[in-house]
Amino acid sequence: MSDEPSDRDDASGEPEDGSPTDGGVDSGDPSADDSLTDRFAALPRWQSDLLLIVATVLGVYVFIAGLGLVTGLGFGGVTRTLRTVTFLAAAYALVVLALNLHWGYTGLFNIGVAGFMAVGAYTMAIATADIDPGATGTPGLGLPVPVGIVLGMVAAGLVGLIVVLPALRIRADYFAIVTLAFAEVIRLLITSGALREFEVLGRELGTGGGAGINFARLDTVVPSWILYRGGTIEQGTNLFGRQLLTVTNALGIERTLVENWLYTLTLVLLVAAVFWLLVRTGNSPFGRVLKAIREDELATKSLGKNTDLVKIKVFVLGCAIMGLAGIVWQGRNGYVDPNAFLPIVTFYIFIALIIGGSGSNTGSVIGAFVFIGLLFEGPPYVQRIVRQNVDLPRPDTVYDGVVALGGLDPLPLLGYVVGQLPNIRFILFGAILIGLMIYRPDGLLGHRNEPASPIDLRRERPPTAGPSSSARADGGESDE
Amino acid sequence: MEIEAVRGRVSGLSWEQRFGLLLVAGVVVMILDVIRRLAVGELAFTTLSTFLWRGLVDGLLIGLAAVGLSMTYSILRFANFSHGDLVTTGAFTGWTTAWVIGGVGVTDIGTRLLINADGSSSARELDLQIFAEPLAIVGGLIVAAIGTILIALAIDRLVYRRMRTAGGIPLLIASVGVALALRYVIVFFYGERTRGVVRSSPRLEHPAIFWTESIVVHQFVLVVSAVILIVGLHLLLQYTKLGKAMRAMADNRDLALVTGIPTERVILATWVIGAGLTGVAGYLIVLEQETLNFNTGWFLLLLIFAAVILGGIGSIYGAITGGLIIGVADNLMLVWISGDLTRVAAFLLMILILIFRPQGLFGGVETA
Repeated sequence: MSDEPSDRDDASGEPEDGSPTDGGVDSGDPSADDSLTDRFAALPRWQSDLLLIVATVLGVYVFIAGLGLVTGLGFGGVTRTLRTVTFLAAAYALVVLALNLHWGYTGLFNIGVAGFMAVGAYTMAIATADIDPGATGTPGLGLPVPVGIVLGMVAAGLVGLIVVLPALRIRADYFAIVTLAFAEVIRLLITSGALREFEVLGRELGTGGGAGINFARLDTVVPSWILYRGGTIEQGTNLFGRQLLTVTNALGIERTLVENWLYTLTLVLLVAAVFWLLVRTGNSPFGRVLKAIREDELATKSLGKNTDLVKIKVFVLGCAIMGLAGIVWQGRNGYVDPNAFLPIVTFYIFIALIIGGSGSNTGSVIGAFVFIGLLFEGPPYVQRIVRQNVDLPRPDTVYDGVVALGGLDPLPLLGYVVGQLPNIRFILFGAILIGLMIYRPDGLLGHRNEPASPIDLRRERPPTAGPSSSARADGGESDE
Repeated sequence: MEIEAVRGRVSGLSWEQRFGLLLVAGVVVMILDVIRRLAVGELAFTTLSTFLWRGLVDGLLIGLAAVGLSMTYSILRFANFSHGDLVTTGAFTGWTTAWVIGGVGVTDIGTRLLINADGSSSARELDLQIFAEPLAIVGGLIVAAIGTILIALAIDRLVYRRMRTAGGIPLLIASVGVALALRYVIVFFYGERTRGVVRSSPRLEHPAIFWTESIVVHQFVLVVSAVILIVGLHLLLQYTKLGKAMRAMADNRDLALVTGIPTERVILATWVIGAGLTGVAGYLIVLEQETLNFNTGWFLLLLIFAAVILGGIGSIYGAITGGLIIGVADNLMLVWISGDLTRVAAFLLMILILIFRPQGLFGGVETA
């Protein structure tokens, strides 16, 4: 399905846009050749990728903090923005990684991401909502949070299975429409009054319809597990919690802020775990089949691979991760409603993936940070800063601005533009998407060769190497 | 024996044929149920005729918009996700004109140019309806077509033309970008507010024609315009070389090029016809629903896709038929399910068609 040329020949792993990457490329000892050095030899790529991610994150942070501090937003404002950006970027990174597994690795063009996130979040919500929420709430099953999370992932995976089973053989653009329609069906179902409350086996359940559903607040529950004994504040802090809170108290940081940051950092760790899982998957024999399907499904079939089974597995895995992302992202406040899962959310995730470059896990994470930090949160942030520092007129319509411009006063039009910045960013998204598809369809990192093997294949080795040379032979000379 | 024979015949059918049988059976059951409900008196005849009439109106609008999508899908070979926003473009350009013409001497030009973005006027103040302001309504219709064509051509020049050889998926993604950019350019100028732009339609008491109590004149105008356009399109494509060239291009672009068909000119004609009809559809949709929002077309996109897929991608008659089926089904489903689930039924039908019969209900004759 992918029309990009498959002879990607840039094996150096260097991005073209001059970010610092060459941190550890030359470390390691190429002459030694036992299993230990093999493992060590795999490090440089890993290190350079990590460095790339860290550099991007720091770059985004420096941009936000610098802009904020210089223009007098204050320390509090800057940290709040940084936390929002970190949280959203981590949440996006999670979904983008899952989408990269679908599209970047396997070529399954899934534009129903929001639907799978909705399944995860709503299953979790229904599972953990109170059995008796009072007059206005929606009843649920009252299960513990971890059970709810697992159920949410399983449900998203199962729905993924239902979608992908019949859709395996259809064309890529039809697959896109099927997934989008399915996501809309899910959203319309959870919005519908018909499922607002229903009974299963004598238990009252429901989606809450357009009003949404309340359930356990993840961003309170998770920090409580970390900070307090038994996961509840009543039993007092545990060892880690006491020390952390002592330090933060001394620094004068509020406890809610600490809890918020703890939740955000948990999410970052989750992203790291999923990243690791997907890198391992991508580098396994299974991962090589995925990339082979993306490049040429017929050829892969001819080689005796059961491509249908592989596609099903990968789709279900990706959907489960999307479900998890729906839970930890849209469900963090203990409340979900159908508006969090509009199709536009899917397209945001696509933009992030395409910026980073589909087919690259590192690119996925970088794309998520760039998209959130600069494109999504950037324009409203600039608007806030401008409005705090300059007193621009705020005309109601563009017409008033243009009329004033005719009278040689550009300020009203400028004020209108600043007021429209949150909308203008969508024009920017569109322009970026178009520009990328025309001039750089591979995104920032999509052009790179991803080594399809856990060991580094770029390294020059004497041909008489011991047992590891056989591993190299199946690893495939042409990295992808 | 009989049963055995039937079983043998059924197991000999392909999945596609079984799906077709199931679909036909479902439709037959539904029709029988409607007749039963009518007979028992569960369903009033006037209710049914209202559903059917509204289905016809919605269906013509969706079909009109679907023709453009179907044409670009078959000739440029990509699913154009910005098509919904061309509908919106038609609505905004057309109604801007209607306001500019219809509001002369009533409100200032700033309010009229931005279709009441500042909320200082109203459709009531302008008395914008077909009998009071026929010139404004008709002028808007024409400008809706022209404006949408110009914008679609500009987009083609800026974006799609540079990607002629790119595959369907890169084009699809670029069209998502176009959709976002176009929609928010509209927001930049007109704002996010949902506004009433046209007065409710005058009614003619004339029970003889349409079973209903009265004729809603705006709907009548809409149906007549849609039918004229469809017939005109039919004549254009059947009796000019253009239609044949389009069919040839939809069939095999390289072969068409080799045969000497000026492919770029055919693409231009595709955009002109497709975008023109789409713009008119957007304008007429607002004439019927009386309100306008920057999401008007985007929310219809999936229904338009459903119509195109139902009728078979590339078939213009299929797109119109598909639109009518979707429109009637969307309204008639109200007999059985609540209003917020009719779309679910339409989308599920589309998914099933895509999976089991991707060439559409009437079998992939690409009539262009």
